[in-house]
Amino acid sequence: MEAYAVLAYLVAAVAFILALRGLSSPVTARAGNLYGIVGMTIAVVTTLSLPVVNSYWLILLGVAIGGAIGTGIALKIVMTALPELVAAFHSLVGLAAVCVAAAAFYNPDAYGIGHYGAIAGGSLVEMSLGTAIGAITFTGSIIAFLKLHAMISGKPLVFPMQHQLNAGLGVLLAVLIIWLTLSNAPLAFWLIVIVSYALGFLLILPIGGADMPVVISMLNSYSGWAACGIGFTLQNNLLIITGALVGSSGAILSYIMCKGMNRSFFNVILGGFGGETDAATAAARAGDRMVKSGSAEDAAFIMKNAARVIVVPGYGMAVAQAQHAVREMADLLKEEGVEIKYAIHPVAGRMPGHMNVLLAEANVPYDEVFELEEINRDFAQADVAFVIGANDVTNPAAKTDPASPIYGMPILDVEKAKTVLFIKRSLASGYAGVDNELFFRPNTMMLFGDAKKVTEEIVKSFG
Amino acid sequence: MTGTELATTLTQVAALADPATMPAAAGDHGSFFLSGLTVFVLAVFVGYHVVWRVTPALHSPLMSVTNAISSVIVVGALIAAGPAEINFSTIMGFLAVILASINIFGGFIVTQRMLSMYKKKQK
Repeated sequence: MEAYAVLAYLVAAVAFILALRGLSSPVTARAGNLYGIVGMTIAVVTTLSLPVVNSYWLILLGVAIGGAIGTGIALKIVMTALPELVAAFHSLVGLAAVCVAAAAFYNPDAYGIGHYGAIAGGSLVEMSLGTAIGAITFTGSIIAFLKLHAMISGKPLVFPMQHQLNAGLGVLLAVLIIWLTLSNAPLAFWLIVIVSYALGFLLILPIGGADMPVVISMLNSYSGWAACGIGFTLQNNLLIITGALVGSSGAILSYIMCKGMNRSFFNVILGGFGGETDAATAAARAGDRMVKSGSAEDAAFIMKNAARVIVVPGYGMAVAQAQHAVREMADLLKEEGVEIKYAIHPVAGRMPGHMNVLLAEANVPYDEVFELEEINRDFAQADVAFVIGANDVTNPAAKTDPASPIYGMPILDVEKAKTVLFIKRSLASGYAGVDNELFFRPNTMMLFGDAKKVTEEIVKSFG
Repeated sequence: MTGTELATTLTQVAALADPATMPAAAGDHGSFFLSGLTVFVLAVFVGYHVVWRVTPALHSPLMSVTNAISSVIVVGALIAAGPAEINFSTIMGFLAVILASINIFGGFIVTQRMLSMYKKKQK
């Protein structure tokens, strides 16, 4: 490759690193995004200037079509649908990797890696890995998207012998890669693609809906490794560097999500965990246990007379689109001299950082929003913990009950607050399928109803 | 080590390791692999350090921006779609250009939208 192109790609890679660096704080983040755009522009323009690219109309058409679709979607998407969007986007990267690999297999001369039917063994191994990971990312992300979009059930789909099936497919894949490396056979290439599509599909299907934060992070990581594999194949350092950045990023996010649930990565990936019990079962289990329930007016009164309120948002708030009502309520409380803070558990929502975006969208200042480690000690001095749409992340069984599926999970210490208000639609359990002891405590008041409606009623009670 | 220091080191090493003027033929792939591996390992280290410094509040924009930059695979797609003749390879390239473009435009724009929402408390 020409020297100037290699140097330009290096500049692009550095720009990408600076883009990620900018995300260390909201102040530098916007500049970071610009670095990313600049890096991408340099990469594209440099590639278009290469001698091997000499027909532009097809490319321009492709960019126009893709650009229009991408821009339209990005401008219109609601922030509550972010997890689905990210899953869908990952699938596109996976499929793009497969297409580029196919293009390289059938026209290796364009990349200088050999001639059709005579590509070096090493290149073929790299190509197979990039293709396989890309294909797994493609179908896996589609399943993740469907689960998040509630088009297929969020319940983990388990069937007998599935681990053996997946292991068998893995072995088959390895055999196919060896065959391709030795033979340059197109059939081997396409079989690798098909088996990988199946694997992606089968791997994600048994994972429950609320484990999606880990799944999306994992697929984010895979899309990076796929790009890396293609980078090795095409002998392009920019792809390798970028792929490694994205791969590490996804891996770190997966790790953080798993720690937030205190479950091992393998435990999540092997699936079969989770499933809510319905309201009737929960009510039956509650039996004669008393639950104090109250009205919106009661809640408004308690909070108005409090000095410190900590809001604990969860996925339920996102589903009900209650974030704007919550912020209105917080504004009214602040006028009454109440101090408001927000406590975010790492796995709240269906994507890392999802709650933060939703609160930002509702105009909650980001310096009022705190992560678990920062705010857990503050609950002891808080008068009210206002839990809206969250459940498992507050359950003290995580600390006290070794038999509980959520044992060991870091939780928000809402039980230490003087009063705990829970907004829930019913006594039904959360994703982990366990009851929350907090509901039955004397200093807890349940506010039954839809998160948005209840919050709006609280807001009305102020006025 | 800060991210910028690591980036500088990476730049220097890559400049040494990459045989920029050597044409890569099928038999030369082995030598590229070694320099590629060097770059890969260093990039993983850079990625590790840079991503751990991302504040949890910005994890969602991190996902969308990493998705956007992973679409730099468009570089491979552009080369595939570049030749004048239309064949299976160019069509695959064309398809990949569309897919990558959706991600590039979509990813950066949705990241920008998210980031513009983050405001500090008005005093």
